[in-house]
Amino acid sequence: MSIDRRKFMKVSGLTALALAGGKGINVLAQEDSTSVAAPKTGSFETPLTAKRWAMVCDLSKCREKEGCDVCIKACHERHNVPDFGNPKDEIKWIWKEHFEHAFHGQEHEYITDEIRHTNVPLLCNHCDNPPCTRVCPTEATWKRESDGIVMMDWHRCIGCRYCVVACPYGSRSFNWRDPRPHIEKIDESFPTRTRGVVEKCTFCEERLAKGLLPACVEACPAKALAFGDLEDPESEVRALLREHFTIRRRPELGTAPEIFYIV
Amino acid sequence: MYDSGKVIIGVLVFLALLLFPVWYNLASGEATTQGPELAKPVKGEACVLETAYMRSNHMDLLDDWRERVVRNGERIFAAPDGQHFEMSLTNTCLDCHADKEKFCDECHTFMAVDPYCWDCHIVPETPTRQEVTYVN
Repeated sequence: MSIDRRKFMKVSGLTALALAGGKGINVLAQEDSTSVAAPKTGSFETPLTAKRWAMVCDLSKCREKEGCDVCIKACHERHNVPDFGNPKDEIKWIWKEHFEHAFHGQEHEYITDEIRHTNVPLLCNHCDNPPCTRVCPTEATWKRESDGIVMMDWHRCIGCRYCVVACPYGSRSFNWRDPRPHIEKIDESFPTRTRGVVEKCTFCEERLAKGLLPACVEACPAKALAFGDLEDPESEVRALLREHFTIRRRPELGTAPEIFYIV
Repeated sequence: MYDSGKVIIGVLVFLALLLFPVWYNLASGEATTQGPELAKPVKGEACVLETAYMRSNHMDLLDDWRERVVRNGERIFAAPDGQHFEMSLTNTCLDCHADKEKFCDECHTFMAVDPYCWDCHIVPETPTRQEVTYVN
């Protein structure tokens, strides 16, 4: 098919116009995003996939803003995590803990105050060798073969709490009471849980399926959380692991946690 | 037969008492021999599968969807008529069948079944929703 000069000029003119217009809209959108959340909906046609999902948390960035809990709020709002207002009943997918509690045995009396007083964000480690899945009698929790996410099937959980005991990181919480009345604002697109069910972080597998990053990673104002494929040498997490010395929680247990921390 | 009059009356009274729930409910108009009237979907051309199949087997389909989404990580259901749907009770089924009380409950009550789907899955207040995300 041939194209004459007139047609070419028309098309290129329109293209230039469209590009300029698009840029203008982008600028507006950027300005807008500082004040109001621009809804990102994602699409099932462009899922995020990996052979082994992992996360690297840069604590130096994380402690920039004291008392920051944006990641916790983002996660807990997104997943309808209840707040019972009572530490005994607490449900947590991501939470913060003092450095010496998070990395018990890896601290000593001469570490700097800055490190000692770091509140470390903790979540399910999505272990390569998860002890929780081995004890589940109903296979309600299992390590997904495709990308290593330690999954939960709340339909199947019978609330025996073996997994809660097996997890050495306290990543699993049990609903002692009906959670629904204790959820501040329900996100309708995600289910709640019921009484008698264990829950934990799922690495936002429902968001990955739509091509969106985990809610905590997306929300972090300091960009302290990096998320990517451990098996891909070009990924952001591998780059960070190459450049920095990282620690993990209780590596001596042999669970092979997949959340790495840059101190 | 001795005392046939008494026996026959006795049998009739017994049957009347035995069938009390049936005739009482029919007479009082609480139950009809007709099935329940279900609310029409608020949108959509056709359901994911044929209506007749959905009416009798929707629970099998939902169970299959649960298995595929949660355990196999599949998300999209390819309907025989070429349409594609997200396999989701809240986000797909209730998106068209927005009135749960007049659709799901109506029939479940009639059939005296009590599924616990909505103990976890949410009945949306608005028929169309957008995924919520967060600002930095």
